Amino acid sequence: MNATAAVENSEQHDAYHLKEDGDEYLTFRLANEEYGVDILRVREIRGWENVTRIPNSPDFVKGVLNLRGAIVPIMDLRIRFDLPQEEYTPTTVVVVLSVLVNGGEKERIVGVVVDAISDVVNAKMTDIQSTPDFDASIEIEYIRGLATAGEKMLMLVDVDKLLNIEEDVSHFEHDETE
Amino acid sequence: MSVDLAQFHQVFFEESFEGLDIMESGLMGLDLGDADNEEINTIFRAAHSIKGGSGTFGFKEIADFTHVLETLLDEMRDGRRQVTREAVDALLHSVDVLRMMMDSAKDDTDSDKDQIQKQLKELEGILGSGSATTGMSAPDQVASSGGATGWNIRFIPEPDMMVTGNDPLKIIRELAELGEIEVQTHTEKLPNLAELNPEDCYLGWDIRLTGDIAEDVLKDIFLWVEDECELSMQPILAAVTGSPTTTEVNNQPAMVEPVQEAVNKNAEAKKAAAGSSSIRVGIDKIDDLINMVGELVITQSMLSLLGEEFSIEKLEKLQDGLVQLERHTRELQESVMLIRMLPISFSFSRFPRLVRDLSANLGKKIELVMSGENTEIDKTLIEKIGDPLVHLVRNSIDHGIEKPEDRIKAGKPETGTIKLNAFHKGGNIVIEIVDDGKGIDPTAVLNKAIEKGLVPAGANLTNQQINDLIFQPGFSTAKEITDVSGRGVGMDVVRKNITSLGGAVEIQSTFGKGSVFTIRLPLTLAILDGQTVIVGDEIYIIPLVSIVESIQIKSEIINKVAGKGETFKLRDEYIPIVRLSSVFGIPNAKAKKLEDGLLVVVEADRKPCGLFVDDLLSQQQVVIKSLEQNYQRVDGVSGATILGDGSVALILDIPGLLRMSVRH
Repeated sequence: MNATAAVENSEQHDAYHLKEDGDEYLTFRLANEEYGVDILRVREIRGWENVTRIPNSPDFVKGVLNLRGAIVPIMDLRIRFDLPQEEYTPTTVVVVLSVLVNGGEKERIVGVVVDAISDVVNAKMTDIQSTPDFDASIEIEYIRGLATAGEKMLMLVDVDKLLNIEEDVSHFEHDETE
Repeated sequence: MSVDLAQFHQVFFEESFEGLDIMESGLMGLDLGDADNEEINTIFRAAHSIKGGSGTFGFKEIADFTHVLETLLDEMRDGRRQVTREAVDALLHSVDVLRMMMDSAKDDTDSDKDQIQKQLKELEGILGSGSATTGMSAPDQVASSGGATGWNIRFIPEPDMMVTGNDPLKIIRELAELGEIEVQTHTEKLPNLAELNPEDCYLGWDIRLTGDIAEDVLKDIFLWVEDECELSMQPILAAVTGSPTTTEVNNQPAMVEPVQEAVNKNAEAKKAAAGSSSIRVGIDKIDDLINMVGELVITQSMLSLLGEEFSIEKLEKLQDGLVQLERHTRELQESVMLIRMLPISFSFSRFPRLVRDLSANLGKKIELVMSGENTEIDKTLIEKIGDPLVHLVRNSIDHGIEKPEDRIKAGKPETGTIKLNAFHKGGNIVIEIVDDGKGIDPTAVLNKAIEKGLVPAGANLTNQQINDLIFQPGFSTAKEITDVSGRGVGMDVVRKNITSLGGAVEIQSTFGKGSVFTIRLPLTLAILDGQTVIVGDEIYIIPLVSIVESIQIKSEIINKVAGKGETFKLRDEYIPIVRLSSVFGIPNAKAKKLEDGLLVVVEADRKPCGLFVDDLLSQQQVVIKSLEQNYQRVDGVSGATILGDGSVALILDIPGLLRMSVRH
């Protein structure tokens, strides 16, 4: 029952947006570059507050936060993307995202720290493979594609891949043993 | 009226499994030869509900099988059949088969048809044989079923019958399936439309049903409405009565054919309920909860009123209010926790059967005595303690209790006793498994341990230490591998499972006299008593159960082993020191020197260890939250909790932490 309802919804959603020529994205800034995430994945946006550190975790995992009774990990996207780190400022925000893991079977809630929120835009995604001279300082595997919104170019973050902690941590542990 | 019945499947399965449990325990309690009618009735009712439910939900196979079972039970109930061991055994096996069928219906897999057929044959065999010898009350049976070619039924429901959920139309349809049917409706009671209450039943029926139908079958159909209607059933005698021989052959009606045609009716009702589990809660617990919430709301409104126009004179009132709020919150928390609590009998109930079957299997005579079945324990714990308990009881049956002849030789009563006790003790639940068997032979265990290299040869161990060896991995003293135990799953797994639940298991044994296994479990897995400690800027929680003591140490008692590992001497024992700041990489820990901080002496796997922290904060109960839900397992951390100020604190996993410190 629920599953079919969800499918219907997403179909409606697609139909709605096809008219607008693209999907809706929440855009945010990270080291003067614009990134976007599928707005349907955004749970909430909140200011930065202190988190509880998790021992022996990868450095991009800042810690965990109490989000209305649930324990939610917070990670810093600058560190994740190998960008130069900066002090957190009053505009530093945490975007709380829902992430699908295990091929979409399980939903997890994760917060990411970004420099600032910019906008909500309608944009159409271009496949990243069709832009061969794409040159960004971040690892391409976390980028699902590109989009142009007005003058600006957006890098669309693949939320599920980016925040797949288990893979990343095993990767991390692997590194450590080497 | 088409309702998606699939949504009720979960409830049906739950109820049916409960019904099976009732049948099983009822059967176990039957006295052979002289059974209490009320007990048989209980079993019968459970079987009947299962049959009714499975019929409604389209599990024809189960319904048909239960029908045969029910027939046998019915005969026992009416005293037409003796309660023999053979029959009880067959019924018990049938309960197993039913459980299997129910499982496969639930998971939507195919059930083992052969086994079902075999069991059916066995039941039918008993039905066929026994009834003749006990002289099944022949005369009226002949009159009522064999001799009749049909029935005149007068069925006048009471007006409120439909309110209780019974639908006369359904009953008539059911009758129609049995044979040719003629129905005459009495409409004389039907009022004017203006006075008609749509929920009342004003109709009555005269039904003429032709066909060779047993009275029992009819009674079955009307079973649920018997008390709510005027009902009479008159057999229509055949004009030419059949010869006596044929009527007797017909004496076992309706129970032979059904299963062969095992139609897969449940195909449409497929989607088996998902694995989510539910819990049945006594209404009194819910009432308590509602009361508590009511109190809480009152306190809250009082406080908010106070806050609206607060002046300093009202301070005392405010404090009173806060005290009340605290009390109500605590009470509310306690009552919510109580909802998760179930009596341990849910776990114990399988043992009578287990002991009965196993002891018969091994040729031993064993009596099982259970006490404290009403001791309440968290539902999750009940589920998880089941397997370790079964293992321990099996162990007692197999290794503990001796064969009758050996027992007589040893001067003990022929029948061995296994006692299962459960009781509360200081925030824990304690389960004891006591047997009066042969106990543990310390020399045999020690020799075996030496042989396996678990202890050095010539080691001098106390009896307690020797007994403890049986929990070591790779230890099994059973000389021969029996069906029951010694198949590689050892006591080490039992201990591991119990430890992972936050509990402990111990053994006391006297050679020749018997053994006592004591399991200690926390009451719940959702809340734990913790000690908050601070290291640097970080707060951690140590489960109170792992803490032995907390001490401040002097530099004289610290030893550095080979310049690296630190130990200290506590009452003639050298205890390793683990610095939490280094294991967890905590920056800016305040206490650098061991004299400046505190050592929390913790114990894991019976090995003590000094955990070095900056300071102790407070003791408090914490609600355990999962880290894995949104993140993943973290070494040395068993979970997280939310502190009074809303921040998150991690709960330490002491055994894990100590393993980590060894690696470091």
